Amino acid sequence: MIQEWLNNHFNPTLALLTEFILVGLLAIMLFALLGLILVFMERKVAAVMQIRLGPNRVGPKGIFQTTADTLKLVMKEGLVPDGADKFLFNLAPFVVMIVAMLILAPIAFAKNFQIWDINIGVLYLTAISSLSVIGILMAGWASNNKYSLLGAMRSGAQIVSYELSAGLSVLSIIVMTGSLSINDIILSQQNGWWIFKAHIPAIISFFIFITAVTAETNRAPFDMAEAESELTAGFHTEYSGMRFALFFLAEYINIFIVCAIGATLFFGGWMPLHIGHWEGFNHIMDYIPSSIWFFGKTIGLIFLIMWFRWTFPRLRIDQLLNLEWKYLLPISMFNLILMTVIAIMGWHF
Amino acid sequence: MAIEKRLRRPDKYDQAIKMVEEIGTTTEGDLIINVGPQHPATHGVLHLVLTLNGETIKKVEPHLGYIHRSIEKMCESLSYRQFIYVTSRMDYLSSHINNHACALCVEKGLQVEVPQRAQHIRVIMDELTRIASHELWWGAMAMDLGAFTPFFHAFRERETITDIMEKTCGARLTMNYMVPGGVMAELHPDFQKDVKSFIQLYKKKIHEYNELVTGNVIFQNRMKSIGILSYEDAISYGCSGPVARASGVHCDIRKLYPYDIYSKVEFDEVIESAGDSFARYLVRLQEMQQSIRIVEQLIEDIPEGDFQAKTKAVLKLPKGEFYQRVETARGELGVYIVSEGGTTPYRIKFRSPGFSNLSALEHMVKGLKIGDLVAAMGTLDLVIPDIDR
Amino acid sequence: MTNEDLKIKFTELLPAITFDESGEWLNVFVAPGELKSFAQQIRIMPGLDFDYLFCLTCVDWKTHFTMVYHFSSTIHRHNIVLKSKLDRDNPEIETLSDIWRTAEMLEREVYDLFGVKFLDHPDLRRLIMPDDWEGWPLRKDYEDPINMIKL
Repeated sequence: MIQEWLNNHFNPTLALLTEFILVGLLAIMLFALLGLILVFMERKVAAVMQIRLGPNRVGPKGIFQTTADTLKLVMKEGLVPDGADKFLFNLAPFVVMIVAMLILAPIAFAKNFQIWDINIGVLYLTAISSLSVIGILMAGWASNNKYSLLGAMRSGAQIVSYELSAGLSVLSIIVMTGSLSINDIILSQQNGWWIFKAHIPAIISFFIFITAVTAETNRAPFDMAEAESELTAGFHTEYSGMRFALFFLAEYINIFIVCAIGATLFFGGWMPLHIGHWEGFNHIMDYIPSSIWFFGKTIGLIFLIMWFRWTFPRLRIDQLLNLEWKYLLPISMFNLILMTVIAIMGWHF
Repeated sequence: MAIEKRLRRPDKYDQAIKMVEEIGTTTEGDLIINVGPQHPATHGVLHLVLTLNGETIKKVEPHLGYIHRSIEKMCESLSYRQFIYVTSRMDYLSSHINNHACALCVEKGLQVEVPQRAQHIRVIMDELTRIASHELWWGAMAMDLGAFTPFFHAFRERETITDIMEKTCGARLTMNYMVPGGVMAELHPDFQKDVKSFIQLYKKKIHEYNELVTGNVIFQNRMKSIGILSYEDAISYGCSGPVARASGVHCDIRKLYPYDIYSKVEFDEVIESAGDSFARYLVRLQEMQQSIRIVEQLIEDIPEGDFQAKTKAVLKLPKGEFYQRVETARGELGVYIVSEGGTTPYRIKFRSPGFSNLSALEHMVKGLKIGDLVAAMGTLDLVIPDIDR
Repeated sequence: MTNEDLKIKFTELLPAITFDESGEWLNVFVAPGELKSFAQQIRIMPGLDFDYLFCLTCVDWKTHFTMVYHFSSTIHRHNIVLKSKLDRDNPEIETLSDIWRTAEMLEREVYDLFGVKFLDHPDLRRLIMPDDWEGWPLRKDYEDPINMIKL
């Protein structure tokens, strides 16, 4: 929409440039805002589950807490350890952040509000998210610290393993839609979300997906890489100041992104809740703006992931890998076959 | 070598750097890392030097002494009334029980009869302390394994108990309440009412604990078959308390050598036979239930009478040796007094339960992974000031 | 077993043994050279079965040391106290850590605080005091003008 208006008024090159700058600004603003909101939300959710109040001093009900924290991190001295590999040490946080930004491209935030509707949308997402492992391994290795190395090794093994299950569960939805493009997937859910339409396999897929992405983003109960009571802080032990802030922010952005992907694939993205051909009901649902649908679903999934963190203890590293290779992978492969059978026989809504 | 070229440092530092570079790895390429003495986990100042091969533990060596206050030597110049309160600081989570042990030992020497009311009060305080200590253990252990929420739930209950203690004894952690001959002061008038309402509250909460932690598959997988201690090993290593009871050893001092009115209350000795971390966990949880049963029996009718027997102001024990054993929350505490007839003891030895339990740690975790070390250490329930004295 | 039976059994094992029954439990006095073999016997002999060593300490009597061992049996539930008199100038005694594993750390502590050497101990070094500390703190003639305050 904005694209057309710009193209009409200016010559194409200038329009493209303006679009770049606009998109870049919006992305950075989104990141900043998301970071603030998500960190605050995590602390408040944790507090409620632990029968305490959480931050409530800085600003009314404590909403400026994260701003204060960010200011503090920015003004801290960024130490580079003596024996650390300077180039890789400085590069690692940026790699993780760039990956997070790249994944933002195909996600549809609202109707007609997508940066780039690439025709291999889902494949692009899975491919780019694999690059974040490089950043973590770089951070662990370049720190010249035994704990960081151990943490990075664990994290690398974990992420690479769980990508398989996540990919397979995503693939099972693609079988139904027949297209990799994000827009097509959302539009195909016009008469109901996939988690309702492709009932049993989609529900299994959803559970595997949620488990796998919790492991991908190094969140509890899979946060062996940053197990505080065992190895201080894992791969980002030696980072302080702005570099640490980037890692911290990247973790929360990753959570947002994987929840957004989950909401898009299983719950319809910005598509309101439609039930088959009940025109009246669908019409009412359409009144709620699509961006509210999208953000509501994503925040719901984020809440679920935060709930996991504060309830379950940690898995040991070999139990974690066991879970993936011996249980989740066979189940997701079987589920894929099941989904294909249902798609062929037409046993879905 | 690069460090030596860039900076000029005095000799001491050169030697230190050389030592660190040397012990960095062993000849087979094992990693030597320090766990502690400053811990994110709440165990106190324990310094373990681990030799790791990848993630597998090859050797665990505890280095003690970071909180050594030479209590045994100090007590040689304190009078018999004074030395009792230093022991509150030894195992600060079961401070009443430590004081109780010392008071009993001195009474053994003086051959003083403690009035019934004092005995009742002592046992109630002991059992409440045991519940508070096990609560803290439960919260800290869950936090070590990664679940942060049980810690807050445990402290909510512990706060209720410390509030009750504060009204009577005046302090929340090191409650110097026992004297040779009885207790120091009369109970607060609200004591019975407070304890009764706590009992009602507590019975509901035990169910919550079992739901939140015990039945959780992840917890069970992290604790079952980890850190196994066999029956013979438990006896040989001198383990006592819940650590030994989880391996099948019948060693509850309250049943074997009862003191005060333990012979008159009804409670079960909790024994499990598996010897792994999960068994130790279950033993402590069930002990909490047994303790609340004891408190329930005793709180109804505390006999009237004196809260303190009449003793002289300056106590002198006759020449000889006296040994008293009690069951603290961690195991068997022994107080051994050698007296030469004076006003201060000639030699005091505190046989601390944590010391012997810690010696079994290496045997338990050899060949396991670092995550298992944390789980096993959590179920041993170590309080380092108790070990270092 | 009662004290009388224990006394009979012990005298059978080691004739040159003396007793003292003034305390709560039977005190048995053994010479340091015979301690190890005596201890091995009481550990495995059926009827005695002293498998639980619950306290190991040393008392400094200004002219000599006395090593004090408290034993208990988990099967028969009897307790004894084993004592051994050591020479103050050269306190040496055999280690019991191969019979009761708990003795390993307890003997290290006694070495650290009193200076008693345990022969054949697998790893005899300081436990509680810093590794380069000089002197044996719990001895009665220990002087330390910097760290100690005499009351």
